[in-house]
Amino acid sequence: MTTPETLNGPADKDAAATAVSGTAAEAPADAVRLTGISKTYGSFTAVHPLDLTVPAGSFFALLGASGCGKTTTLRMIAGLEDPSSGSVRLGGADVTALPPYKRPVNTVFQNYALFPHLDVFENVAFGLRRRGIKSVKKQVAEMLDLVQLGALARRKPHQLSGGQQQRVAVARALINQPQVLLLDEPLGALDLKLRRQMQLELKRIQTEVGITFIHVTHDQEEAMTMADTVAVMNAGRVEQMGAPADLYENPASTFVANFLGTSNLIETEVLGADGDTLTLGAAGERLTLPAARCRPDVTAGGRVLAGVRPEKITLAHADDADAIPAGRNQVRGTIVDSSFIGVSTQFVIDSPVCPELEVFVPNVERDGRLLPGAPVVLHWNPEHTFGLDAAQDIDAGTDTDTDAESGTASAGGGAA
Amino acid sequence: MRPIRWLRKNLVVVFGVLTLVYLIVPNLVVLLFSFNKPNGRYNYTWTRFSTDAWQHPCGVAGMCDSLTLSLKLAVYATIGATVLGTMTAFALARYRFRGRATTNMLIFLPMAMPEVVMGASLGTLFLNMRIQFGFWTILIAHIMFCLSFVVVAVKARVMSMDPRLEQAAQDLYASPTQTFLRVTLPLAAPGIAAGALLSFALSFDDYIITSFNAGNTVTFPMFVWGSAQRGTPVQVNVIGTAMFVIAVLLVLAGQLLGSSRRKVR
Repeated sequence: MTTPETLNGPADKDAAATAVSGTAAEAPADAVRLTGISKTYGSFTAVHPLDLTVPAGSFFALLGASGCGKTTTLRMIAGLEDPSSGSVRLGGADVTALPPYKRPVNTVFQNYALFPHLDVFENVAFGLRRRGIKSVKKQVAEMLDLVQLGALARRKPHQLSGGQQQRVAVARALINQPQVLLLDEPLGALDLKLRRQMQLELKRIQTEVGITFIHVTHDQEEAMTMADTVAVMNAGRVEQMGAPADLYENPASTFVANFLGTSNLIETEVLGADGDTLTLGAAGERLTLPAARCRPDVTAGGRVLAGVRPEKITLAHADDADAIPAGRNQVRGTIVDSSFIGVSTQFVIDSPVCPELEVFVPNVERDGRLLPGAPVVLHWNPEHTFGLDAAQDIDAGTDTDTDAESGTASAGGGAA
Repeated sequence: MRPIRWLRKNLVVVFGVLTLVYLIVPNLVVLLFSFNKPNGRYNYTWTRFSTDAWQHPCGVAGMCDSLTLSLKLAVYATIGATVLGTMTAFALARYRFRGRATTNMLIFLPMAMPEVVMGASLGTLFLNMRIQFGFWTILIAHIMFCLSFVVVAVKARVMSMDPRLEQAAQDLYASPTQTFLRVTLPLAAPGIAAGALLSFALSFDDYIITSFNAGNTVTFPMFVWGSAQRGTPVQVNVIGTAMFVIAVLLVLAGQLLGSSRRKVR
């Protein structure tokens, strides 16, 4: 096979990948295509039949709490787990039956799985050597430069810091120029500051080499920062998939609404449908919801969950209620709690429509009257309201989110 | 006052040195008496210095034959027990199968059982099966009791190995054979080496089990025991000293190798 000289050449990349997979695939549009793939362990279903298409060259994130099946999905792409049903196609070629060492993908493992008996250079050269490439020196040196570890080539993994080990793991996988790079919670074991730094670095590397990245994480902020496309998984299913901003603004389920950031969800009854807008009632308050933003098909008398993000809401003291422009959704309540976090102040409001409404107010001009106990009016542009199926669990995704966060703080989170 | 303060400060060192002395004095006595020229058959009292025994280490009839036999047995038993034990350890550590718990327990039995009982029952078994006692019966017995130690040493190592390392190797294009040779074996090597060394030492100096299964064959420990009844030749001390020195040199070499490797890192 040809020895690729540069990392950026897409032609080289495909040549390397094709040679590994042993199939002559023409430049495919989709890097990965999963069709009806599932995994069951005895009576437990880790992944329900799942269809997923990852476009070539994209940075794709599988986001979900521990145990949602995201890591299992990733391992099925790598070949480390046999799917119970369905097929895995890489760049158009069916690899479902191929063992991991014959698949043109490489994985960055959680906690890195660097070979402790080999130094950094040999760790990075491992994949090349197994494929029978003799002169690895130049390529390894280039790769170590890319991850800024050129000076540490002869160190053993245990002599490196967490961030350095992480970069070795990325270099060890990338040097093989895989069709797809799989990252399994790669930043889970790093502290917060280093994690931010590595997020940017991974994004830079991905842009530089142009290889498709599939990134498994439980950290919604990480997924939104890095990925072009995010698939939110819950209990073995993909709940919703899309660009980060789209997922955030238009969640399709209560799980997505609560797992990605926070949402205020109000249980309402549909009072009337008038063309483009729905009128909703909750505890005597009236809210307006654009029909286009309402997920379930409802008619008057039906129930719907009206959602709004905390930062979209404006908070006014009850004395100023008359100054609120007409046409905005308004809800009355009392401040229960406020916490100052620098850029904004987070309020918890007790309201007849919902006992715990969250409001984030940017600290531009602070109103001294907004203290716990003060009567307030919450108002927001009706366009920012979204409607969800009221049959769902209104708290889905809230508890799991806290679990995942605390997991990060202690041990890097248990993988699913 | 001063000696008391000094003692208080250095008590740990003093006890450490005393323990070492306690451990090494017997070896020093063996070394000393290997240069003795005893009057009569018993090498128990110092008479005068001589290098006769060192110049003619095989001067005693039958001793070097038994030594060769013991070394041969130890090498074969080590190889047999290490190969079998390593495979057993991997099976027990990696796979779930029917009878795994029982096997785990049975493996410990040879270590826990009194050697006299094991040797006697094994002898009875060979006798009833009408198997001729000799080299092969001793070898079978040695592999049997060494096996447990290898399994325990290797299993501990394999259990502590991260299974993701082998998955990482496979992910990086290593076939199952390459994965085993390049990752699994190097990682398990310290455990395998510990098991092999233990096997060698255990096989070389075993007397009790061997004596039940040897027939007319005489191993080195049996020779020493037998000659002790009629007076110990000085050459026994020579062999003992040589073994001690070789062992110490091996340990020193190992430590030097380890520290130089650490420096290179």
